[in-house]
Amino acid sequence: MTTQTNLLDVKNLKKYYPIKKGFIKKVVGHVRAVDDVSFFIKEGETLGLVGESGCGKTTTARCILRAQKPTGGQILYRTGAGPVVDLAQLPDADIRPLRREMQMVFQDPFASLNPRMNLLDLIGEPLLVNGVRSRKERTERVAELLQLVGLRPEYMQRFPHAFSGGQRQRVVIARALALNPRLVVADEPVSALDVSVQAQVLNLLLELQQRLKLTYLFVAHDLSVVKHITDRVAVMYVGKIAEIAPTQELFYQPKHPYTAALLSAVPVADPRRRTLQMPLQGDVPSPANPPSGCYFHPRCAHAIDRCRTEPPALTEIEPGRFVSCHRARELDLIGVEDISVSPVPTHPIGG
Amino acid sequence: MSNPTPLLSVRNLKTYFDLDEGQVKAVDGVSFDVQPGQVVGIVGESGCGKSVTIKSVLRIIQPPGRLVEGEILFNPDNGGGQGPIDLAKFDPNSKQMRAIRGKDIALIPQEPMAAFSPVHTIGNQIMEAILLHQPVTKKEARQITIERLREVGVPSPQDRIDAYSWELSGGLRQRAMIAMALACNPKLLIADEPTTAIDVTTQAQILNLLRNLQQQHNTAIIFITHDLGVIAQIADYVVVMYLGRVMETGPVDDIFHAPQHPYTRALLESIPTIQSAPREPLPTIAGSIPHPFNRPPGCPFFPRCPDFIPDTCNAQTPTLQPINQRQSASCFLYHDEAEEN
Repeated sequence: MTTQTNLLDVKNLKKYYPIKKGFIKKVVGHVRAVDDVSFFIKEGETLGLVGESGCGKTTTARCILRAQKPTGGQILYRTGAGPVVDLAQLPDADIRPLRREMQMVFQDPFASLNPRMNLLDLIGEPLLVNGVRSRKERTERVAELLQLVGLRPEYMQRFPHAFSGGQRQRVVIARALALNPRLVVADEPVSALDVSVQAQVLNLLLELQQRLKLTYLFVAHDLSVVKHITDRVAVMYVGKIAEIAPTQELFYQPKHPYTAALLSAVPVADPRRRTLQMPLQGDVPSPANPPSGCYFHPRCAHAIDRCRTEPPALTEIEPGRFVSCHRARELDLIGVEDISVSPVPTHPIGG
Repeated sequence: MSNPTPLLSVRNLKTYFDLDEGQVKAVDGVSFDVQPGQVVGIVGESGCGKSVTIKSVLRIIQPPGRLVEGEILFNPDNGGGQGPIDLAKFDPNSKQMRAIRGKDIALIPQEPMAAFSPVHTIGNQIMEAILLHQPVTKKEARQITIERLREVGVPSPQDRIDAYSWELSGGLRQRAMIAMALACNPKLLIADEPTTAIDVTTQAQILNLLRNLQQQHNTAIIFITHDLGVIAQIADYVVVMYLGRVMETGPVDDIFHAPQHPYTRALLESIPTIQSAPREPLPTIAGSIPHPFNRPPGCPFFPRCPDFIPDTCNAQTPTLQPINQRQSASCFLYHDEAEEN
């Protein structure tokens, strides 16, 4: 599935928001929403970006799409034409032709579709903006896209209110695919959907990736969904990367205490495994006033003196496994139980 | 149903909303029991009527909604004294109902962020509930409030009692909300999606707290959620709802390990779990939840059901009936009787 080339290489990305006070708007501090984040995405793979609210995962995604201008760092993107460009430094005029290669799927399909535009206009707008002027051509392409995402082309004249949440999210996906993007940034694409509809959209995203050779950056807080759809996962905590690892390894052998805590906090849908006995104490610190040393040390059961003073750097402790923890090599943390060996018994009808 | 004196027994509850566009049968014949000290999880997707059900129990349905029929038998004395009282017979604003609300039955609302008043301290809001229902002085009420806040794990409660809700983090606000709900030692606590708006690590803390408090005080809890993982972790007994009707009820272990209703089975198969095999297509439930204005005739689930029986499921409405010693389901796979109408 994965090739060796990196489509995206994010290096030391920073996004600070100033805190202003008083009449002259003096800058008194910064909210370090994204603070020295580095990761890469290989072509054709799915990288999951997970973390709790306020950890900077959405800001990171928005910086990559240059919906926000980063404060510092590099976002090296290998363009479809070949050369590598730094999205963080590129002037706005040079970004525009690249925008068609990078598209976004938003969280809430009830907010991201204009209620006064029908599907033809909604999905056709990116085509129009990018020079497909003939209405006939647009209609044909929209019909093709609707079929691709599993909607009937006859629906083209209808408006968003006629569709359910799952169908609307399909429309949002069709719109994102209109210009044949290479990178799709999906920011919580299923968290606004009902459980019975989530599976349909996840399956669609997986199928489209295989057919169209897409690369996904998948931002989510639901670890079960992330486990299902990603190849590798990056865990963020208060603006920093805690751990990056291939999905299976991250879930079964986490190396960062925060990853392990996050995994143990997920309620398992099995009453025979009541797992929430030892929850993590305390709250997520504010990125405007983070603790000293490792940001996780006040809540960490394994913290030592060094953690309180010296911030850990993201280091590769095993090939492909990046952890920012002083004790990553010595700790033996518990991940998700592998129950593939003891499947849940199924019961016949009639009981 | 085995225990002769359930704390709460909802029988054939119907709550309809009369709108200009038509009538929405948000809750259409719901029945379930809550035993003393039991955690009952009501699970269902959006629009299944789970929130309307508990609002009906508390009698806080706003017009155009109205309670059409049904019984809400509440038995706070546990058999002794006066016996069960039917909350459905009271006027929503009556003295009796107001005496029960907040005292015997307390609510943890869906959005704790919005439920606190931003212009009163949390202490004053919790004390208000205590002063309303208990014969204590203001000073005593303040002491009880501090004690309650300590119990739910608010650090330095003697200072936090004078904090405003917006000064607290999401987790602390939710803890304060629980302290308010527990202020008068309710017999029944209703938690309406209490952890939906908060992060997983905080959610784990809150669920753990609720379970510990439930065991200490032997409070019965009705826990409403759409998250099957949360249900599995906290509930003793599960009620599965779909489009205003109860699809299946049973002990939590049976619901998760031997689901009988096709909807329960499909729902459990379709969720990606943290343990499921990655990157394989998930089994899905075809279609989506029908709009409340055009509910299908017969069984509400039949258009999406893999076990659909033609001319039966789309013609008659199944009733909730026992299918074994522990579980009940409303499905024609298990019985033939239909509802008359």
